[in-house]
Amino acid sequence: MANFLETIYTVWLRETIRFLKSKSRIVGSGGQPFIWLAIAGVGFSSAFVLSGGVSYLTFMAPGIIGMTLLFSSIFSGVNVIWDRQFGFLKEMLIAPVSRVGIVLGKIAGSATVSLITAVVILVVEVIFNILPFSDLSVIGLMEAVAFMLLIPCAFVSIGLIIASTVDNVEGFQVIINFLVMPLFFLSGALFPLTNAPEWMKFVSAIDPLRYGVDGMRGALIGVSAYPVYMDLLVVLASAVVLVLIADFAFNRIEGK
Amino acid sequence: MEDFTGKYSIIANALSRRFGNFTAVDKVSFKVKEGEIFGLLGPNGAGKTTTISMLSTIIGITSGSATINGKDVGKEKDAVRKLIGIVFQDPSLDDELTGMENLDFHARLYGVKGKEKKDAIAKVLKLVELEDKANKQVKTYSGGMKRRLEIARGFIHNPKVLFLDEPTIGLDPQTRRKIWDYVQKLNKETKLTIMLTTHYIEEADELCSRVAIIDHGRIIKLDTPERLKDSLGGDIIRIGSDAPGRLAELIRKGKFTVSVKERGDSIEVTTKNGSEAIPKIIGIAQKAGIEVAYTTLKRPTLEDVFISLTGKEIREEGASDTDQLKRNFRFRGRR
Repeated sequence: MANFLETIYTVWLRETIRFLKSKSRIVGSGGQPFIWLAIAGVGFSSAFVLSGGVSYLTFMAPGIIGMTLLFSSIFSGVNVIWDRQFGFLKEMLIAPVSRVGIVLGKIAGSATVSLITAVVILVVEVIFNILPFSDLSVIGLMEAVAFMLLIPCAFVSIGLIIASTVDNVEGFQVIINFLVMPLFFLSGALFPLTNAPEWMKFVSAIDPLRYGVDGMRGALIGVSAYPVYMDLLVVLASAVVLVLIADFAFNRIEGK
Repeated sequence: MEDFTGKYSIIANALSRRFGNFTAVDKVSFKVKEGEIFGLLGPNGAGKTTTISMLSTIIGITSGSATINGKDVGKEKDAVRKLIGIVFQDPSLDDELTGMENLDFHARLYGVKGKEKKDAIAKVLKLVELEDKANKQVKTYSGGMKRRLEIARGFIHNPKVLFLDEPTIGLDPQTRRKIWDYVQKLNKETKLTIMLTTHYIEEADELCSRVAIIDHGRIIKLDTPERLKDSLGGDIIRIGSDAPGRLAELIRKGKFTVSVKERGDSIEVTTKNGSEAIPKIIGIAQKAGIEVAYTTLKRPTLEDVFISLTGKEIREEGASDTDQLKRNFRFRGRR
């Protein structure tokens, strides 16, 4: 058991060190959400009028956090492909440790990176009063952090599953781009789904990010379609299932 | 080999691996003695890497069996993995991390902790002389430095057997010699059993106490480099002369040679001790009034052994090392 935790920690440590060393990744993953807020947020807010007295930017703020979590985590699966191409994957696979530990370490590492980015964005959104300080509560913040941990676990796993089956970066990116757009737009991050057509509601019901965004909205601005605890349960369940599938997919690499 | 009574580190018993219809390794059997440097010598695609991959649990075994210090590589993978260190043919470092971070990662995965870890890392860095570069990112290293770091990493956890897959592929001669020094030092100082693969003749000759010559997935001969070379009958002398036929006849009568062959206007003599034979041959020629234009002496290399066994050279034209490397890599990556 101690060995198992050490494996997770070791793999997590490497992922974190790599992130901290890569300035372009830090700037990119931190900068992108603000461009969305500045352009899409300001642009759309002149076109959308939301019922309930919430400004559009405020409505969008938790959605942008969700978007950041989605993008940074699902693309991190590409690390597995780079590791394979640079041979480092073999160094891990040959070690006398459980592969579950390696997978969990990878997921934990990428999730940490996503969490840190998301927290930075949350803080900036509060500073700019996009998220009104008066709406925040300690419990709400704790709930939001729980979402920020679980959402990446789900999407890092999707990235790992794809990376375990595709062995080149180009293929991986095509598939992920294909997945990311619907996951993002159907999550309700940019527009409310309450008045959306039935088919769209139906498809978005299987998007884990929908519950993540809804839950964070409930936790941070007190507006949500479902109770926050229900959102949390759905995200937790999808994270668990996806982590298990990722573990299975990773185990199949090079046979056991 | 027959009179050896010590321990064997590696025992391979009719080890085979097939990829689809292609048999990469075909019923290979050998025993590696504890503390020796054992070499697999053969051309690209002979099955060297596949053999090492099976022994180090990277890929599965199709049939046959093998043990490392008594542990079955098919059934006791984790036990075997703890016992071995491996330096892969292709680089397997994290370029973004420093040398130290790479070593630290490895030590942690192998359960080396605390002071033990610190000491082990210091020891291996000293051996490969990378102490002053340890805190630089690996992407700033030269090819030779990366190799050295990988070798250092391979024995951080104090393995009993170290596998080196083409340890000096793509390195310049000077760096190659340095790597050889490290490998020899490592073997002497720690009594570590080392098994390496190579397609470089000099590498097998210089480093290995015993060499298995492998081609088309089969071991065709296994012995010490000296005995392999002696098996050809000795040194080869070439003599240019105006009367090769008559001189060849006279040399045969001297009865100090293994074989005498006429090759156009020269004679090829195989003999146990070439440097002693040359004066004798010149003496015979002078006595008979035959003029000797030139003599050359060549000691057989493992290359000559390989040619005499397979009828071809080890270094084949066509695929370059890197092409072959990439192909092997993809090939293995698929399964």
